Amino acid sequence: MSVNTQKKDINRLRLFSGSLKTELFLVIILIILFVVFSTTSDVFFKFDNLKTLLRQTSIYGIVAIGMLFVITSSGIDLSVGSVIGLSGVITAICLSRGLPLPIAIILSLVLSAAVGLVNGALVHDGKVPPFIATMGTMTVVRALIMLITGAKMISGLPKAFKGLAQMNVIGLPFLFVAWFIIILIAWFITKKTVFGRNIFAYGSNKEAARLSGINVRTTIYGVYIFSSVICGIAGILLTARLGNGVPTAGDGYELDAIAAAVVGGASLDGGEGSVIGAVLGAIIMATLRQGGTLLGINSFILEIIIGSLIVIAVLLDKMRKH
Amino acid sequence: MPVQYENVVEMKGITKEFPGVKALTEVDLEIRPGEVHALVGENGAGKSTIIKILMGVYTKSSGQIRVEGRKVEIKSPLHAQELGLGAVYQDVNLAQHLSVAENFFMGQMPKNKLGMIDYQRMYLETKEIMDSMEIHVDPRIIVGSLSVAQQEMVTIGKMLHRKAKLVIFDEPTALLTNDETEQLFKIIHMLKEKNVGIIYISHRIEEIFHICDRATVLKDGVKVDTVCTRDITESDLISMMVGRDVADMYEIEHEKPGEVILKVENLTRKEAFKNINFEVKKGEIFGLFGLVGSGRTEIVRSIFGADLKEEGNVYLYDEKADFTSPSQGIHAGLALIPENRKEQGIALGLSIATNTNMVAIDKITRFGVINNKKGIEVAEKFREKLRTKAPTVHQLVKNLSGGNQQKVVISKWLAKGSDIFIFDEPTTGVDVGAKMEIYKIFETLIKEGKTIIIISSYLPEVIGLADRMLIMYEGRQMSILQREEFQDEKILRLASGIQ
Repeated sequence: MSVNTQKKDINRLRLFSGSLKTELFLVIILIILFVVFSTTSDVFFKFDNLKTLLRQTSIYGIVAIGMLFVITSSGIDLSVGSVIGLSGVITAICLSRGLPLPIAIILSLVLSAAVGLVNGALVHDGKVPPFIATMGTMTVVRALIMLITGAKMISGLPKAFKGLAQMNVIGLPFLFVAWFIIILIAWFITKKTVFGRNIFAYGSNKEAARLSGINVRTTIYGVYIFSSVICGIAGILLTARLGNGVPTAGDGYELDAIAAAVVGGASLDGGEGSVIGAVLGAIIMATLRQGGTLLGINSFILEIIIGSLIVIAVLLDKMRKH
Repeated sequence: MPVQYENVVEMKGITKEFPGVKALTEVDLEIRPGEVHALVGENGAGKSTIIKILMGVYTKSSGQIRVEGRKVEIKSPLHAQELGLGAVYQDVNLAQHLSVAENFFMGQMPKNKLGMIDYQRMYLETKEIMDSMEIHVDPRIIVGSLSVAQQEMVTIGKMLHRKAKLVIFDEPTALLTNDETEQLFKIIHMLKEKNVGIIYISHRIEEIFHICDRATVLKDGVKVDTVCTRDITESDLISMMVGRDVADMYEIEHEKPGEVILKVENLTRKEAFKNINFEVKKGEIFGLFGLVGSGRTEIVRSIFGADLKEEGNVYLYDEKADFTSPSQGIHAGLALIPENRKEQGIALGLSIATNTNMVAIDKITRFGVINNKKGIEVAEKFREKLRTKAPTVHQLVKNLSGGNQQKVVISKWLAKGSDIFIFDEPTTGVDVGAKMEIYKIFETLIKEGKTIIIISSYLPEVIGLADRMLIMYEGRQMSILQREEFQDEKILRLASGIQ
């Protein structure tokens, strides 16, 4: 009997470490990066620099979490960058016309959610492949931003709003705290809610999920709206950080977000992925950029390194799993 | 030149070790020219390991392989093909978007004087071979547009074209209708006459006795014996496979049916079935028999809410039950164990626990928060009850055998506490041992007052299990028979559209 329970414990331990392996592997990479950068650059490990790093990572990191949800459901969301831009510009317009911040935020998030709703409708009801559907909304939304703003930057934002990005909460950058809260919420959703479970079930096997009575519509609409709302938040934070409403803000973020999720162990086939993994993926990419810049590495070479890292990380993960 | 070898393929003392497991131990297998040799055993007995070694997918740990008397080391699938070894799998391995001829000549397209592909020659040669098999398929047609049976025939033709010396058939009839099976057997006879050696793998014991000359029985990676099928009976063979005496495997205790709980009136979906009428009583095992494509699956999917019906009514406990989504059917107490387990039944990449709780998730959720500990308890309970073989419920379902995966699908519905269980082809790809366990589950279910609808294209299974049976032919309801009226011939006639 005791031998049996012991065996069970060992098995449990093994399975537990199995599910953590990707994360563990990422932590090791991160530690290596930190050691390399702190020994080669004397400013890297300074508190101020680390804070800048956290600030920069936060916005990418937030987007990566939305993307993780979509990827786990076996979809993809290319419209994230455009939604960031939209939400940022709407916030800036509202604030520059003197509307109160809460209204600006609500309006931005509602419009962001609307983009997610369109994505969900196209993917679920229109049966348009997610890649195409979100590529369409990406293009349309970005063009709308240009039309609204006349492709011009919106300035004259209140100081208090700009201050948000520099503000500290209990000694930590506000942006990071916001990210951290979103991480907690996302982690809770994936581990503890039916919606979270359904994302995995649907991503792993669509037909089995449907025949098991899972509400497929809610799940698909849910992930795309979640992703867009998260990007809406990221857009507001990015505007605070930039100090202006920038029409091109968020351009290209979709690829970084996909990279972060995938480096973090998410599978583009769906059904596989973790919030912690995506977070670590985002931190690794940002650390490489920041550290590389501090070291004065040629930016093209830096991009070569980052591109290779993405592929190598996924290759190693695949090899480990088989 | 006189034949200098006795066997087309001779495997001696084949051992295959995987890290931590010995899949095969000193197995011998000899295939004579023109012989149909069955390879039988439960899932996990080592059949597919042997085949994969022959086909160059795995390399053996030790032992010898001779092809036509010459000692060979099979290095890769390509090498196996070059040696004249070929296989027909149940899920056909053809390029779906290319034509029949292009598939025949893949990797060795003939060229004309200008160095371009010589399509004329390809079409001509392909047609010759297909004609010799009495299969009339245009060589230009795209493979994806052919039926599964036709695709299987094309695969065989491709092997003939490559002058295969040994052809392995792995569950070739799993997806075929009776007529198509007959046609396949004819072609196998033709291969025999050409002195091709044949390895035949099937879970259908009857087929083995019908077509095979000898059988090699494997159990737990060890060869039990090689026997002539003439000299033994079906139950001898099954006893050798499972290592114990088998009584009638369909012998389960039936319950006395109660009141009518499901009533179907004039159910119609024009493309699939028309005017279906039947009643199912509480505690009954109701069979739906018909060939693949006769509309059986479509009927239950419409009742369940997975597909929409066009006309007619369904009543559950005398109440109208016209479901338009699976969740409505589930809520009313229906459970569907679908025919295609991997594509419809189960999420392979998720754990046993997650799959078990997929339907009844509300039972372990409070205020929107899932209690994972409770979920694991539930999964653990059904793992024990159904004797699912897995170290823990955290195990990913993809690492389980077919029979154990099926048990996970069933536990999903047991956890929900459904009343009417619809089993669509519950034992495809499931070995004899697990089959009997699934039938035992049937017995437990009806004892607990549940009702079962079983769809099968495997006649002995429906005859053995059902209290009553509805027979379908091309979307039409042919008849409903009582258990006393079950006769193979009568049922097959009805299922072929003859009154």
